[in-house]
Amino acid sequence: MGIVFKYGENVDTDVIIPARHLSTSVPAELAKHCMEDIDAEFVNQVKEGDIIVAGKNFGCGSSREHAPIAIKAAGVSCVIAPTFARIFYRNSFNTGLPILECEEAAVKIQAGDEVEVNFKTGEIRNTTKGETYQAEPFPEFISKIIACDGLVNYVKNNL
Amino acid sequence: MGMTMTQKILAAHAGLKTVKAGQFIEAELDIVLANDITGPVAIKEFQKMGAESVFDKNKVVLVPDHFTPNKDIKAAEQCKMMREFAVDQKIENYFEVGEMGIEHALLPEKGIVVAGDAVIGADSHTCTYGALGAFATGIGSTDMAAGMARGKAWFKVPSAIKFELIGKPTKWVSGKDVILHIIGMIGVDGALYQSMEFMGPGLKNLSMDDRFTMANMAIEAGAKNGIFLVDDKTMEYMKEHKNKNKAFKKKMKVYEPDKDAVYVETYVIDLSKIRPTVAFPHLPENTRTIDDVGEIRIDQVVIGSCTNGRMEDMKVTAKILKGKKVAKNMRLIIFPGTQNIYLECVKNGYAEIFVKAGAVFSTPTCGPCLGGHMGILAAGERAVATTNRNFVGRMGHVESEIYLASPAVAAASAIAGKIFNPEDL
Repeated sequence: MGIVFKYGENVDTDVIIPARHLSTSVPAELAKHCMEDIDAEFVNQVKEGDIIVAGKNFGCGSSREHAPIAIKAAGVSCVIAPTFARIFYRNSFNTGLPILECEEAAVKIQAGDEVEVNFKTGEIRNTTKGETYQAEPFPEFISKIIACDGLVNYVKNNL
Repeated sequence: MGMTMTQKILAAHAGLKTVKAGQFIEAELDIVLANDITGPVAIKEFQKMGAESVFDKNKVVLVPDHFTPNKDIKAAEQCKMMREFAVDQKIENYFEVGEMGIEHALLPEKGIVVAGDAVIGADSHTCTYGALGAFATGIGSTDMAAGMARGKAWFKVPSAIKFELIGKPTKWVSGKDVILHIIGMIGVDGALYQSMEFMGPGLKNLSMDDRFTMANMAIEAGAKNGIFLVDDKTMEYMKEHKNKNKAFKKKMKVYEPDKDAVYVETYVIDLSKIRPTVAFPHLPENTRTIDDVGEIRIDQVVIGSCTNGRMEDMKVTAKILKGKKVAKNMRLIIFPGTQNIYLECVKNGYAEIFVKAGAVFSTPTCGPCLGGHMGILAAGERAVATTNRNFVGRMGHVESEIYLASPAVAAASAIAGKIFNPEDL
């Protein structure tokens, strides 16, 4: 269960974690600057388990894995959007940041709503509004990476 | 059912006769690349995976180009970590600051990537190598680490959009204008998860440098990769840029799309109709032709990057700047893609033209493009840049603005002090 922070379309990885902070890869350091170029208050308000809901093409631009790392380290439990930029999509599974593709949820959920996510079924429950939405199921191959808790363990098992 | 160029390369690297869009495959990799931002993260993940040595010391490429020459202590530490890894693993293609270049200008120049290769790079603009008829795509550090360890990566086979090029561009129109026009037309997620495949009779009217610029910005339309049909110009380029390392044994292979290849969409692009094009803040899709720009005063012009730091870009810049001065209080920063290009600029007098015009002529670095160093913007400042992204805060303060354009428009704008049409100089 988490409170929703809502953003628009095409949120790019430069605003998720600006390049001026990329001279470190320490998750806690990156988390301090997460989203600061579009929402300076985010890091002060976010609590463990909170959820980001955004418009299409979330995570576009630079391939920096620092972006999903920063979001995860800031305490965010899940990002929900209609679509994700493809590198961010891969990076999220690889680093263990849960993401869900669901257009209905992205449209109907509002900032401040309380939302609960069942990753096994892809069911997203909006307890503030009393609504539920169904996310796209993960392809089988990606489920295998999720089951390993990211690509590192997947590769470890397959080296 | 026929395959696209991309699908054919992926099938060959997965050891399969055919592949279909949507299929998950594991492909063998010819090159695995990282830079000083993504490399250190990848090295840590590589170690966590329990890997001891890279799959092939010739096929892992490490280029410290983003925050180099080291901009601060933290950057120096990151570069040091990558350098030590390169030495330890005997990485053949590690490029120290004096021999380096911006990775996507450097690798083709050194013949490290050739037609038919499958390449992953922990940098989103890895798609640049599609200009050579290779499959090349950006990935993150963990994928890079897995690639270094195993020489393989997983892919979802992409569907594709076909761009049929016809006609010949007019004098001041370059690959940058063509790709900005296309991104303006299809949007920043217009090719999401897909390939952009470029072919058609107009191809012969685009130089290799034009094609590198276009393939480079495929990511700005959300694409997995951009790829060009190989023609005489590609073959000539690869002949001139053969890799000198014999142990490397680079072999190129030309893949053409099947006659019945499936394209989800086909766009016919008449190159003769494209005007100099500018992308307004804060998305590459916010394009306008130079005729609709209006009066936009600017503070800084940046010419260079993996998008537009090649020889032709320097040549057109020199042509426009020759005997001229930049506007008062204008900061013009020119940074070539590689040390070779830098040297060529010195030899043929471009460096002198740049400096006499009032420009700074810098060592190759990604610095200014991503707001790293060497040209950061203050609040309220505006820049015209030949780079690839104009996101909020990309080049500095969140209240600064970036207008993306070709080197010709950028150079003309530096002289005029406002966004300016090179045709009107």
